[in-house]
Amino acid sequence: MTAFDPGAAAARATAAILHDTLHGTERGVVVDSPPGAGKSTLVVRAARELAAAGRRLMVVAQTNAQVDDLVLRLAEKDPGLKVGRLHSSDGDAYDPALRELPSVTLSAKPGDLAELPVTISTAAKWAYVKDAEPWEHAIVDEAYQMRSDALLAVAGLFERALFVGDPGQLDPFSVVGAEQWAGLSYDPSASAVSTLLAHNPQLPQHRLPVSWRLPATAAPLVSRAFYPYTQFRSGTGPGERRLSYGVASDGSGPDRVLDEAAEAGWGLLELPARHTPRTDPEAVRAVAAVVRRALDRGAVTTDEHARRPAPLTADRIAVGTAHRDQAAAVRSALAGLGVTGVTVDTANRLQGREYDLTVVLHPLSGRADATAFHLETGRLCVLASRHRHACVVVARAGIADLLDDHPSTEPVQLGVTVKFPDGWEANYSVLAHLAEHRVSWRP
Amino acid sequence: MSLLNTLARLQAVRAGRAQPLATVRHRHLAGRPLVLVPLTTAGEAGAPLGALVGTDPAEPRLLVVPQPRDRDLRWAFLADLADVVLPYVDGYADDVEYVERSETDPETGRKSKVEAELCRDAPQLIVPSRAGVEYVRLLGRSMRFRRTAEEDPENPYPAPARVPLLGRWFTHFGERSRVPGSSLLLSATDLLSRHWASGQSNLEDQHLGALLAWIAPPGGASGAEAALRAELGRDGDGQLLVPPAGPATDPAFDNRVLAPAMARYDAARTAEPPDGPALARAEEHVRALVEAQMRPAWDAVWRSVELLRELPAGERAEERWTRDRWSYTGHRDRVRAGEPPQPRRDDAVTAAQKLATRETEQVRLDAQEALDDPLVMAGRRLAGEAFAGEVTEVVMEWTETKRPSPRPLVTVATEDRPQLAEDGGTKVFRSLDGRPQSARFVRFDEDGRLVLRLLDKMGRGRDPEPGSVPEKGDRVCWTLFEHDARGGPKLPDPERTPWTHGGPPGHLTSPTAPAPDAVTDEDLL
Repeated sequence: MTAFDPGAAAARATAAILHDTLHGTERGVVVDSPPGAGKSTLVVRAARELAAAGRRLMVVAQTNAQVDDLVLRLAEKDPGLKVGRLHSSDGDAYDPALRELPSVTLSAKPGDLAELPVTISTAAKWAYVKDAEPWEHAIVDEAYQMRSDALLAVAGLFERALFVGDPGQLDPFSVVGAEQWAGLSYDPSASAVSTLLAHNPQLPQHRLPVSWRLPATAAPLVSRAFYPYTQFRSGTGPGERRLSYGVASDGSGPDRVLDEAAEAGWGLLELPARHTPRTDPEAVRAVAAVVRRALDRGAVTTDEHARRPAPLTADRIAVGTAHRDQAAAVRSALAGLGVTGVTVDTANRLQGREYDLTVVLHPLSGRADATAFHLETGRLCVLASRHRHACVVVARAGIADLLDDHPSTEPVQLGVTVKFPDGWEANYSVLAHLAEHRVSWRP
Repeated sequence: MSLLNTLARLQAVRAGRAQPLATVRHRHLAGRPLVLVPLTTAGEAGAPLGALVGTDPAEPRLLVVPQPRDRDLRWAFLADLADVVLPYVDGYADDVEYVERSETDPETGRKSKVEAELCRDAPQLIVPSRAGVEYVRLLGRSMRFRRTAEEDPENPYPAPARVPLLGRWFTHFGERSRVPGSSLLLSATDLLSRHWASGQSNLEDQHLGALLAWIAPPGGASGAEAALRAELGRDGDGQLLVPPAGPATDPAFDNRVLAPAMARYDAARTAEPPDGPALARAEEHVRALVEAQMRPAWDAVWRSVELLRELPAGERAEERWTRDRWSYTGHRDRVRAGEPPQPRRDDAVTAAQKLATRETEQVRLDAQEALDDPLVMAGRRLAGEAFAGEVTEVVMEWTETKRPSPRPLVTVATEDRPQLAEDGGTKVFRSLDGRPQSARFVRFDEDGRLVLRLLDKMGRGRDPEPGSVPEKGDRVCWTLFEHDARGGPKLPDPERTPWTHGGPPGHLTSPTAPAPDAVTDEDLL
């Protein structure tokens, strides 16, 4: 058996995707991308090649931040390519940095951008475009996070499309019940890809096989726990990424868990079992303490690009939580410790982002019950797959018992494809792995 | 469940009485609602056993199917039900007002004002529990595709006149009840649990008798004890003291009381020679048994209505009722225009439209309930989604444009902890005579006070209109959520359903393809 060459495997996959997109006979191509597998790079590359082939292209992303990010990447790769950024008429609808780019035209009116080779906007804004000449091709980014009804509103705008997304992240959701349509192929609350494939099962489906973000310590676990049937590998081998500290451990819980995470890529800081409110003050303080110590101890990272260690700065650290109030509590705890510049957000908002070190407040920590929300596979997957070097999870003891007490009891809907793995199963595999890197601490 | 609701439940346990969750009534209550208490037959979906129905608490109309497995008797029951419900529903159809609404011309796409009929009031159905709402929907589905002898003379088993029409109305009521904040079809348990927190679980709250026992325990008893008695108490014969509010019946009643009575009725029907008086006695016996099961639920629903009437109506509940009136008027028009019954399954566009409407209404409902009710707002404040406080300073500033507009800075001292980003920029809103005024959060002062910049609703001049800018010492309440919800974008017409969603439904593109579900031979569920 020859050694796995991640670069070659990824290049083969990309070539096949571009071939189907540019020369295929089907109207759509679907690409599944695990976390950090170069989805954005693929989108930029496909956009440039489609534009080079003379296809008038529209790009659909889900949030304004994603759109702005794509525009910046496109302009960086190809400063000559004329790009239109369609934005809403609200004052601060786009990143002001876009104004500096000579190749980018900004407008709230689709008519102003109709002649440009590439036009980029959010699905929500595209939905208001009416009576436009259909675009020859579209790229739909984060298609698994797009809802079926959002695709319905924009699908009339393009002839053919490339759908790119990560099936393991959070499913789209609705604030009202949509069980009424469960099992229908066009269930409006389902993901755009599930509707697309239900109606067009013959479409070519590809998969990016290599995660460039996740280190060798994380890819096997994330792959096994969240993508059991479509495994992927890490682009880097063991030891190619390293995290170390300039200051030795003081023996406290946060320091010990940071050492464990530097060594193994994962660390679980386990607080004594207790039922707590969502904004568990002890757990929140523990999260803030871990971040503070990582900065205080002069953490440095080494990766495959730069052999020289780079200092781990606050902007390369993220804290992930399940709820917004938890994020707010962590933010004020960090401010109390004098830490600024660290990203603190919920899983929903961390989707698609990348950091060197992540500190996660476990969604089930301190809970008395395990609801479908807290068990959702995608939530844990997002939280466990944002890091390039290490991930520290802070949790109350007793989550294993909580899982045992709350087996999945969601009603089975006829006609709905059962998702594997279910949240219960995924939570268990992650927990079992974290248990090997546990540091118990009584603050 | 919000923290405040959890607290209210804990307090209810400690006090032995339900605690208020609202200071105003958040749902419209009609002056003359139609209460419907249905019972269904165990083991046979969609086979009604009986119903109490009517608008007068003292005089319910009793309808009973003495042998629910007999389809003729079932259709006779549904025809009787239609005779009570349809006149009530139709009673609101002709009292209309004329209002202007903007319509988009399909040809030119131009918007124009047209005068449209809007019914001044609409019917309101109240059932005991959420399961009752489901049952109304189920009955609607079983009835609306049937054909009467008039519509289809060849049909060997025609449905009695008006039954399909009742099916269409029940279906409409059922669909409308899925819209958050709508009030065409309500359940008493949902109404009560929206306004009071009991000391039991949400699931237990679905038992109307138990929920009422927490809210208004009889004779000074503790709510917990009264609820337990309502839920489990049985007499010497093993029968429940408070029969369930349906539509499901208690198995002990089915097995020991109802089954023997029905067997006697069946025997009397098939007796040779026929014994008229015996049959009448047997039927009367079943009727009396079923009525006794339903009567407590009937009284409980009216008691619930009474309790809710004691609360003052929420200001914005009326606006939501107007949308219910539009919904009623719209369905009235579709029935009058001879349109076919609602299809069994929504097409892709209709499903997406319904979901979009319901999401918009949910956002609107959440905002409106908070604005109408300080207790609900307190929950939002606790969650960091709003803040109230006192204005400590107002500094006048203007835009740097040719015609300067006022953009005053308002400093608010609050003990709330809103989730505002440190670097500012978040928009916040307050209600100014019912209209939302927006401001931008600028920064936290060093003593934790919030500095906001007012953005609008100050008039056109250089100086703000009187009353549009809060003054020092004023109490103000700002929300981080918008006060109204914007509807979504227009979706394509069903005949332009895109390829990603399977293309247009067959019957819209091919003249030969049959329309879906125009009619079924059986009352298939």
